[in-house]
Amino acid sequence: MNSEAQAIKGVGTPATRMYGLMAIVALGWVLLGGLIFTPEDAVQGDAVRIMYVHVPTAWVAYLAFIVTGVASACWMIGKKHSLGFDRVAGASAEVGVVFMGMTLLSGSLWGRITWGTFWVWDPRLTTTAFMFVTYIGYLAVRGLGGTAQQRARRSSVIALLAVLEIPLVHFSVVMWRSLHQRATVLSPDGDIKMDGLMLFTLLFGVFGFSVLFAWLVSHRQRIMTMQDAQQTSALDAAVTERLKEAQV
Amino acid sequence: MNHAGFIIAVYGVTFGVIIGLAVYTMKQGRNLSRTVADKDKPWT
Amino acid sequence: MSMSVSRIARAVAAKDLRIELRSRVVSNQVLPFSGLVMIMFAFALDNDDVLQRVAGGLVWLATLFSLFILVQRTFAVETYDGALDSLRVAGVNPQGIFVGKSVALFVQLLALESVLFLSAIVLYRVNVDGSGLVLLVTCVLCASAGLAFVGTLYGGLTAGARGRETLLPLLLLPVVAPVLICATRATESALRSGGVTVGEGWPWVGVLAVFAAVFGLGGLLSFGSLIEE
Repeated sequence: MNSEAQAIKGVGTPATRMYGLMAIVALGWVLLGGLIFTPEDAVQGDAVRIMYVHVPTAWVAYLAFIVTGVASACWMIGKKHSLGFDRVAGASAEVGVVFMGMTLLSGSLWGRITWGTFWVWDPRLTTTAFMFVTYIGYLAVRGLGGTAQQRARRSSVIALLAVLEIPLVHFSVVMWRSLHQRATVLSPDGDIKMDGLMLFTLLFGVFGFSVLFAWLVSHRQRIMTMQDAQQTSALDAAVTERLKEAQV
Repeated sequence: MNHAGFIIAVYGVTFGVIIGLAVYTMKQGRNLSRTVADKDKPWT
Repeated sequence: MSMSVSRIARAVAAKDLRIELRSRVVSNQVLPFSGLVMIMFAFALDNDDVLQRVAGGLVWLATLFSLFILVQRTFAVETYDGALDSLRVAGVNPQGIFVGKSVALFVQLLALESVLFLSAIVLYRVNVDGSGLVLLVTCVLCASAGLAFVGTLYGGLTAGARGRETLLPLLLLPVVAPVLICATRATESALRSGGVTVGEGWPWVGVLAVFAAVFGLGGLLSFGSLIEE
């Protein structure tokens, strides 16, 4: 890195560099351990290897939406309506949408191997798909424009309405499915007998993906801070310009 | 490896997307830090 | 504020319904559109038995498609000449606006569903008897209330935004999915499609009532901050 680049203060800090390093180590292990070192499962065979990425991405996706909901509630409850909460909510939703997309994809490929179909109308899958679409909508609302406070107000309401919506969707899908058939789908990770290395790889993966989530959210939230600052200064410049015109 | 195509696809997409998102985030951060004043970076 | 929430609500609802009666957009465009959708379903499915079996689902699907149009309209009326802004600036209680617009939407939805169920009876050969009718009417009332509340809530959010025509269905469809599931099951019970009994339909109506209550309350609490700029 040249001296000019070092003079600019970037988004990285010692803390995020440490997260980043930890994430790289853990994800490197998931890649090697998951694909090569861990044994195959007695029932599932090699298909079990998908678990090492599917379960951690699903965990991060759900975690991200919990963080978005909590941060939105904090923005709303807080007397100062601090934009920091709003940016964390937004950054977390961005990361969550990406991870939920990956979860749905890896899950359907895993399902094709173990169940024989890409998709079953299981409540957990269906609710996950609805969460994915709901948070795509949430991000679209964030992109509506206006000031940062307007964005925060709209999107916090949408995030909290989503917290109402998701349980209702889940409950009605559970009721819908239980009417026609008892849940025939085995939970894909339920009947796997795990040895020590398999369990370690899975848990280390969950740890690594969580640290990656922290890294992504802190970076993306700082990027949003800069974008907001840029928007504010552009607005200020336009106002100053108009004032000058008026004085001439 | 049984189902190698599916398994490689899952790993490829997952790690590809993660690396892509991380690189995009770092690039975006670097470009913005050049244009934004240090006073608007409360974490520094 | 001197005006109570219920007085504002009544005034807003009366204004919206009067506009719809005079402009005749709902009666001359939205209702014919929904009838046309019912005919199109018959073309797509092309089997009398299948149509009779899935009639409930088709009615509610057609309701959702028409709901988007109704919601767009009820807020287009407000944003054309900045009417919503004037109400806000005048300090009119947003809860009153929310209830008023929901009531107007509710009435329009009831008109829409009457047309849809009539066309189902005529086109899809479904039958409904006494006890089925009680279930059906309760289901329609609860489902319409829920749809009116979420429609007003999300319509208010997207009112005046760029690209609202496409954003509204994206936001609204996932939210109303429980209504589609529950109202369809309850309607199938009321029409006894596929051998289900009327008694099996009532728990679904219960979920519809919960849905309406949750989003009615959510709307009362949040509508003010959604339309505030």
